[in-house]
Amino acid sequence: MQLEIVISGFGGQGALFAGQLLAYAGMDNDKHVTWIPSYGPEMRGGTANCTVVVSDDPIGSPLVRQPAAVIALNLPSVDKYEGLVKPGGLLIYNSSLVERPVYRSDLRVIAVPANDISQEETSAVTGDAGDPRLANVVMLGALVQATDVLPLEAIEAALAAHLPQRHMRWLEPNRIALRRGAALATPETA
Amino acid sequence: MAKELWKGNEAIAEAALRAGVEAYFGYPITPQTELLEYMAREIPKYPGRVFLQAESELAAVNMVYGAACAGVRVLSSSSSPGISLMTEGLSYIAGTEVPAVLVDIMRGGPGLGNIMPSQGDYFQMTKSLGHGDFHPIVLAPSTVQEAVDLTYGAFELAETYRTVVVILADGAIGQMMEPVVMPPARPVMTEEERADWALRGAKDRERRILTSLHMNAEGLERMNLGLQSKLARIQRNELRWQETMTDDAEVLMVAFGTAGRICSSVVQSARRAGLKVGLLRPISLWPFPEQRLLELAERVQQILVVEMNAGQMVLDVKAAVAGRAPVHFYGRLGGVVPLPDEISQQIDKLVSQPAGAGYKTGASNGFGHATVVPAGDARAEGRI
Repeated sequence: MQLEIVISGFGGQGALFAGQLLAYAGMDNDKHVTWIPSYGPEMRGGTANCTVVVSDDPIGSPLVRQPAAVIALNLPSVDKYEGLVKPGGLLIYNSSLVERPVYRSDLRVIAVPANDISQEETSAVTGDAGDPRLANVVMLGALVQATDVLPLEAIEAALAAHLPQRHMRWLEPNRIALRRGAALATPETA
Repeated sequence: MAKELWKGNEAIAEAALRAGVEAYFGYPITPQTELLEYMAREIPKYPGRVFLQAESELAAVNMVYGAACAGVRVLSSSSSPGISLMTEGLSYIAGTEVPAVLVDIMRGGPGLGNIMPSQGDYFQMTKSLGHGDFHPIVLAPSTVQEAVDLTYGAFELAETYRTVVVILADGAIGQMMEPVVMPPARPVMTEEERADWALRGAKDRERRILTSLHMNAEGLERMNLGLQSKLARIQRNELRWQETMTDDAEVLMVAFGTAGRICSSVVQSARRAGLKVGLLRPISLWPFPEQRLLELAERVQQILVVEMNAGQMVLDVKAAVAGRAPVHFYGRLGGVVPLPDEISQQIDKLVSQPAGAGYKTGASNGFGHATVVPAGDARAEGRI
């Protein structure tokens, strides 16, 4: 088994951290993993993406032309990667920010209102209007549920181990966000 | 030991600390800067060790020279343009025959180029790291784990031969994260363990002189002959490479570093398609595993060299195989990373025609057989 995943969004949306969570979870479940970021002159509000490969065997190329799965956190990411996903592959997009339809008919497409879900869950913590900080983890939940790459519990364990210490009060909201994303996807075999 | 997920640049820095590095001098440059940042943060936790961000690469390399003369385990790191600034000092270090370790996380060139992964410094590292007759030992990792292991061993190698050892990686290895098992931490060397040539203060002993200046021609020739005999010893003892499925290979790929690991994916897909493709991945670029290449060239039908440059190592491959097999070249430039599918297409081209038919000596651009970069490649826009 080898799965290549691209996670892409605006800088600040957590695309790179979501990829790291996946890589940590894969490593801790005895998979081979690579995580490689785009590292151009990036800035908040610019675009950021990473490629994660999770495999049962040693990984040669950490980059692929046609990823098996793409998480698109914003419209530019859908525009960029819709055409690149492997035929029959998976495209998960953030329907809170992307209003246009997906044109390709040969993909499994999952629309996840990740910002809306994040806003509800953060609002429950802060008591204010909430914010989109959990959107990346919502999307990751959908990815993990839709593929057999890793169990959801592996991501939860990676969250507990690698969420920065200063954000630990957000551990439980992250777990809830992960589960809510997963609830929007169906497993590959279903 | 448990596996941990490490970014290449930080993993190299940690490996050097565990190898007992006592001093780091450098200057920030992408895509290497995390290595320097890690040292800036971590070295102060080790009393007696030194981190210094110099005012330039030129200053940094001369600090390295000074520390090396004092018998101190010393490291610097940079990326391509910064390495160019260091070359004068590196030649002095080589001429003085003191040990130092240097990391080059290559980026696209020439000039300021860009910050994307490249292998354009092969010539500079293996042939011409400064004026005069010398070669550093050049080691090219293809994974973060290998970068750690080579860095950890580089200091002893440098001390054994009193030479410069270069860890030659690129922006992809520097920026990517992979699982790593870190080696155990060694203490820094004791005064008793210091080299007997080191300049530590001459109180109560004969003075020692370390210099690269030999005004007398015969004297300098003697020094050079000694240096050459040391380099010959390195060529005999320090060859490293890795082979994948070369036993029955009809097409042999030769690639190092990031290009090498990408070619290992190509071997797997080619074998699934029933093509007898193998890979030789040189790990030591100087010394170069030329004897082994010659042996393999006797029994393969074609050789394909893949590099992230315009064709540099391919010249060493051609020299090594001495016409025993046709040598083809595929390269991407400017920081574009070749992907497995485009390399597979090159393999398909080679096997779909009679052996040697595609080998036209007249088509050489002087750097090997240049393959025109396909226009309109989406990745040129910077997916990585």
